[in-house]
Amino acid sequence: MSSLGILMLVHTALHRAEQVARHWTASGCPVVIHVDQKVSDKVYSDFVTACADEPLIRFSDRHVCEWGGWGIVAASQSAAELMLEAFPDVHHVYLSSGACLPLRPVDELIDYLLDRPRVDFIESATTADVSWTIGGLDQERFTLRFPFSWRKNRKLFDAYVKFQRATGMRRRIPDGIMPHMGSQWWCLTRQTLSAVLQDPRRQTYDRYFRRVWIPDESYFQTLSRLYSTHIESRSLTLSKFDYQGRPHIYYDDHLQLLRRSDCFVARKAWSHADRLYQAFLTDQAGAMKPAEPNPGKIDRVFSKAVERRTRGRDGLYMQSRFPRHGSENGLTSFPYSVFQGFAELFEDFEQWLTETTGTRVHGHLFGPERAEFSGGETIINGALSDCAVLRDYNPTAFLSNLVWNTRGERQCFQFGPGDTQKINWFLARDKNAQISVITGAWAIPLFRSNLNFADIRTAAAHLQQVEAKQIEVLRSVWAKARIRSWSLADFVESPMEPLQLVIEEIGTVHASHLTEAPTMVDLSGFGKFLQNLKNQGMHPYMMGDFPTDDVFGTRIRPYRKPYLVQ
Amino acid sequence: MRLRRKRRLMRCLRKRRDLKSVADNTAKIKRSDILLMSVVRNEKIRLPYFLDYYRKLGINHFLFIDNDSDDGTGDYLSDQPDVSVWHTNASYKRATFGTDWSNYLLRKYAHDHWVLTVDPDEFFIYPFCDTRPIRALTDWLNGCAVRSFGTMLIDMYPQGPVDAETYHEGQDPFQIARWFDAGNYMITKNPDYGNLWIQGGPRARVFFRDNPAKAPALNKIPLVKWDRRYVYVSSTHSLLPRGLNQVYDEWGGEKASGALLHAKLINTLGDKAKEELQRGQHYRRSGEYRAYAEQLADKPVFWCDRSEKYINWRQLEILGLMSKGNWA
Repeated sequence: MSSLGILMLVHTALHRAEQVARHWTASGCPVVIHVDQKVSDKVYSDFVTACADEPLIRFSDRHVCEWGGWGIVAASQSAAELMLEAFPDVHHVYLSSGACLPLRPVDELIDYLLDRPRVDFIESATTADVSWTIGGLDQERFTLRFPFSWRKNRKLFDAYVKFQRATGMRRRIPDGIMPHMGSQWWCLTRQTLSAVLQDPRRQTYDRYFRRVWIPDESYFQTLSRLYSTHIESRSLTLSKFDYQGRPHIYYDDHLQLLRRSDCFVARKAWSHADRLYQAFLTDQAGAMKPAEPNPGKIDRVFSKAVERRTRGRDGLYMQSRFPRHGSENGLTSFPYSVFQGFAELFEDFEQWLTETTGTRVHGHLFGPERAEFSGGETIINGALSDCAVLRDYNPTAFLSNLVWNTRGERQCFQFGPGDTQKINWFLARDKNAQISVITGAWAIPLFRSNLNFADIRTAAAHLQQVEAKQIEVLRSVWAKARIRSWSLADFVESPMEPLQLVIEEIGTVHASHLTEAPTMVDLSGFGKFLQNLKNQGMHPYMMGDFPTDDVFGTRIRPYRKPYLVQ
Repeated sequence: MRLRRKRRLMRCLRKRRDLKSVADNTAKIKRSDILLMSVVRNEKIRLPYFLDYYRKLGINHFLFIDNDSDDGTGDYLSDQPDVSVWHTNASYKRATFGTDWSNYLLRKYAHDHWVLTVDPDEFFIYPFCDTRPIRALTDWLNGCAVRSFGTMLIDMYPQGPVDAETYHEGQDPFQIARWFDAGNYMITKNPDYGNLWIQGGPRARVFFRDNPAKAPALNKIPLVKWDRRYVYVSSTHSLLPRGLNQVYDEWGGEKASGALLHAKLINTLGDKAKEELQRGQHYRRSGEYRAYAEQLADKPVFWCDRSEKYINWRQLEILGLMSKGNWA
């Protein structure tokens, strides 16, 4: 007979429980099984009969086990009492469930515990120190009453909690105990466990914990603190929880991860995971080398899952992630830059930008004819089409798709008042967008065009109106993008500093100075052109104050040497 | 909404007269069985691979409605031990495109079962589908108290013209149609039923580029823990009660979701389009099939150099076309 006794709480998949129980008894460990009262008598008696040939398996009194209720503690108590009484050689008692799977040879666990004869392995922390509580109930678990089931009567449960908070109703915690919480799967020494069970004040404690919320996570955790000489506050059972406090389930494909975890017992295994049961219950020899438990690798897999479920991938819109307005955590997945007026002012801006920054530079993605992808492509990453109708059917999807499909590679594109304006709010709200605007630059192509002046005047009026509206959006308090705007007059006066600033923020190049500037179009006569517009009764103001005498046009063509004010 | 649901239920009860049982093996359905529901018409060529695929996933029993096939579909299905077949020659359109029929059978046989409702050219992909049977998924959903599981329909297409390669019975259609569009899907929310409305993919890109509003919906909720009070509203795009359509997270997180690989765009499409156009029994006066028939004459090629070649579910998850959610 071994010095390790196993308590097993079972409510479903009884054949698996039997298999695991026999695995324990094969190494001489006695097993006391508690079967949930909710299991039908027929199933229960069949189960008992099936295990009848094994003298080391016993069955304890049955209780109804509800999640978060007292039943689980009561079940552990009666099973533990039976264990201590029926098997006097047992030194350590290990509480497990029917879905627990021993990962390492049982003898290793026995040896491990023999080396630590006085140690109680029970995760036990004060409420102030735990982070895993859900529903915001930590200290209040111990000071409020919980007569209603959280799963079945959520509304009553919440209402009663609220009521108690409002009225200041509190329970008194019995003298001498300090509430602790932790994993419900523990391994205690006979000394500690019997002290807890035979405590003269046990009735008081039981009465108190009966109305504590989730007492199975606090009853033994609190009371063992009273008697144990050496508490090692961790569970020997590997158990991972998702964001709602449900245990993660292990499947066949976790075999390697579990092997490498070096933990003694894992919870919980899917009952149909045949390969897992096969691997850990039968081919034990040499499956794992003796080592301290090291669940770090498996931890990462499961904490990633929790993060994916709660935060998700920024900028992804899909069938199971469609955030409400404001809950997006980033409207797009990667930073990108929007340039307005630059391509109008500089002759070879797109090429220059590509060479300077090494980013992917598109033309007017929201142009009226088509999405002008870089290099004149008609379809880019993710099979995104340049078709303007498709794009304008859902412009935000178009842009978030584009950024998602090319994530990892920074995208730049041109924008202007001639383009689809439906995207403005999205751009302004997106913290990944870097928007640089030279207001009024739309006048340059008009100025250089060969249109009738009446048409130019109409077009200018329209574009100015559109741009004014856009600037209003960009200046709104909701705008989260990094937005800069200059009037054309200001920009033309000293173009290098703003350029330097924008390029540096893109951050792909580390060169401290721009050595080569893009070529500015010839603006001589532009002041006159603006004056003509004014004379025709239109008031161009977006470009700032341009002198009519062409000082700019002549003055800035030979570039000043770029310098930067830090 | 309650009234709409009741009306649907009444409707499906009325339409049950259309259905005539051909092979009834429903007595074999055990309490925990996972079922599959499908409406078929002249799909004999697809069925062997279809049955094989879903048997391997762990479907225990198949419920088929044979809408007046004349290619031996009915006989083939009734020979299968794990299949129950009903025959009808009534109007597909007047049965709300078959939804009334399947609602009736679901109500009668699928109560309290997990049931997968798919067309014979749709192949269900879910996280870990290469290592875990479908029961692992449904057990996990049960544990999370989730009643429905969302997917997106992904149109698969071949590299050349659609009819260049001939599909043979029993063949994996994705040997021919291996390619898909990875990132051109457009989503809006349907305020009535709370489901998402997804459009895009190769059909929108090629067939509906001038009229994207008409492009077919790609959002599907095929896997449901059925209750006799539930109804599908339009195909498997949405259900009532509305809570079942909430298969997506609205606070930034990702719920677990899958995909339906759609093997429609292969050489069988041409015949199908012609036939369905003649019958005029499909949604929007078969507008979708009309577009196919018109454009198929030009031998359309869906493939482009930005098409993605299908490898496995992990690829889809990385591309953001499905998610593991908090299943690990």
